[in-house]
Amino acid sequence: MDFIEILFTAGFWAATLRIATPLIFGTLGELVCERAGVLNLGIEGIMTMGAMSGWMWVYMGGDLVSGILFAAFIGMLFGLLHSLFAVYLGLSQHVAGIGITMLASSLSYFVFRMLLPTATTPPKIDPFQSYPIPGLSDLPYVGTPLFTQTPMTYGAFVVVLVVWYVLYSTPVGLAVRMTGENPIAAEAQGIDVLAVRTGAVVVGSGLMSVGGAFLTMSAFDAFYFGMVNGRGWICVALVIFASWNPGKALLGALLFAGIDAWQVRVQQLPGINIPYQFFLMAPYVLSIVAMIVMSRRALYPKALLVPFRRGERT
Amino acid sequence: MIRLEPRETAPVWLSLSAPLTAVLAALLLCALLIMWTGASALEAYGLLFKGALGSRFAITETLTRATPMILTGLAAAIAFRAKLWNIGGEGQFYAGALAATWLGAGAITLPPYLMVPFLIGAGALAGGLLLLIPAILKNRLKVDEVVTTLLLNFIVLLFVNYLLEGPLKDPMSMGWPQAAPIIDEGVLPAILSKSRVHLGLVIAVVAAVLVWALMRFTVWGYEIRAVGYNAAAAGFAGIGVNKTIILTALLSGGLAGIAGVSEVAGTKGYLTLDLSPGFGYAGIAVAMLAALHPLAVVASAVFLSAIFVGADSMSRALNVPTYISDVIVATSVLAVLVSGMFTRFRLRFR
Repeated sequence: MDFIEILFTAGFWAATLRIATPLIFGTLGELVCERAGVLNLGIEGIMTMGAMSGWMWVYMGGDLVSGILFAAFIGMLFGLLHSLFAVYLGLSQHVAGIGITMLASSLSYFVFRMLLPTATTPPKIDPFQSYPIPGLSDLPYVGTPLFTQTPMTYGAFVVVLVVWYVLYSTPVGLAVRMTGENPIAAEAQGIDVLAVRTGAVVVGSGLMSVGGAFLTMSAFDAFYFGMVNGRGWICVALVIFASWNPGKALLGALLFAGIDAWQVRVQQLPGINIPYQFFLMAPYVLSIVAMIVMSRRALYPKALLVPFRRGERT
Repeated sequence: MIRLEPRETAPVWLSLSAPLTAVLAALLLCALLIMWTGASALEAYGLLFKGALGSRFAITETLTRATPMILTGLAAAIAFRAKLWNIGGEGQFYAGALAATWLGAGAITLPPYLMVPFLIGAGALAGGLLLLIPAILKNRLKVDEVVTTLLLNFIVLLFVNYLLEGPLKDPMSMGWPQAAPIIDEGVLPAILSKSRVHLGLVIAVVAAVLVWALMRFTVWGYEIRAVGYNAAAAGFAGIGVNKTIILTALLSGGLAGIAGVSEVAGTKGYLTLDLSPGFGYAGIAVAMLAALHPLAVVASAVFLSAIFVGADSMSRALNVPTYISDVIVATSVLAVLVSGMFTRFRLRFR
């Protein structure tokens, strides 16, 4: 086994798709917010909240599917809060978002400890099991890695299609993109800019929250402190890398996850004497490099970060 | 219909009472959470107050914990003034602590009156240089500094982790991942007997006054504020925007680096991975609570420190999860943010 052979193992590709899933949800969520002109730095906290609330729902006796819906709902509430600050009050989107992350992650930990005060070893739930798609999963080579995943991973790919379709082929998507590019023109068309932005932030936050829920309900079976571990920030970088395009966001998340899955396997090769911390750094270094590479070509939404106030002309 | 109308100036009573009212509102909101745990909110806040300020020991603990938060708070405040979104205080903190450990744990020996300033300078340089990377990327390639500074936190922490398990590991540490202690000449002396309050507090307060004077009375401060207010206009008026961003980055990263030196050479004595329970991130809350005013940063750091210290002892007594302190801090930050609206805008009903 060497560096290249890893790429031809089914385990590598299965892991790539698994690692990519929360990133796909998070990146699409952030992308939807930003296409409407609102940066959502609440993402890291909202993902933590999703991880906690979805898990807690199932732990308290709910089923997995309703757990995801519950996580999405809680994420949407925080999205609503963020849009209250960043859209309606027009506060600095950076500062409001950081505030949301602080609030959402501290509340997640508080509620977790509140409901399970004595748990020393993290209690577990029965997470999603992998669901081989009949027929396709028997295909040679690609069957196991691509079609023997958990339902949430399939869901992530469906969400990419849905976001792409809605954004580019429906009036709603056009309205979202207009409010992100030129809110004054959008308003002149009779579009309620504040409502559209709020809707985008709420939906986007719901997606982020589902991405967090994947961690506790599918990838693992328990909630740990600090388990989101910067994934939200990586999603913010991936949105820039993807130039705010859902298809490229999917590619970016897969590329990123692929390198992550690869480095984990390289670490275990015999004769590798690089300290493990440098491998763990790889995702963060990679995100920075990706941003540097793409920054020249970044076609960011023109009205990103610009608050909109009705009747104000700038 | 409610309309927001910009104010020319805010009356003094309003700019002082608005944040205080906001913090009170946040405490009231969090009281609901405390009541949910089954504890009495009044008793909880009473214990929190007692735990933070109720005895000489409590006060000195609050001041000790406030020391690094004043410095990281100043770091965030000065950067945010220039709209340089430095969320990397945590990484710069560790860069400073690392520099102090590298030079101060035996590599160089100077008399104390030189050693302490030397370590502080080294830590400031390390923190400043770390923030220089995102600042240059922002200037040259328009790479968003929010994400780069955030991601650098993770990278720096992993790097410190590596050093503490490898090259910098103290052979006398019985296997714990910690570095050799700072030599006696470099230790920040205690300034109050029978307490952990050390020279770092004086340094932090002096730094706050210096930053305030810099922002208020000097051309540099004027340029930093101008760039933050409207970078395009500042550039048009002949201010070197890129140069100002670099300067701000060095100052901001430097202040966070000094916080790291102060903790490693003042409070703890040696570098560990848990040297900071999030002082870098707390600095952002401190700065936001202080509305980015350097002198208010001191008060806001002491307040947040009191919440953290007080919540520790309160949660032990009442079985309220200790994360309540983080919730109070986050709620206060958001509440103060909203209250800031009232000092900048007037509500018009019609």
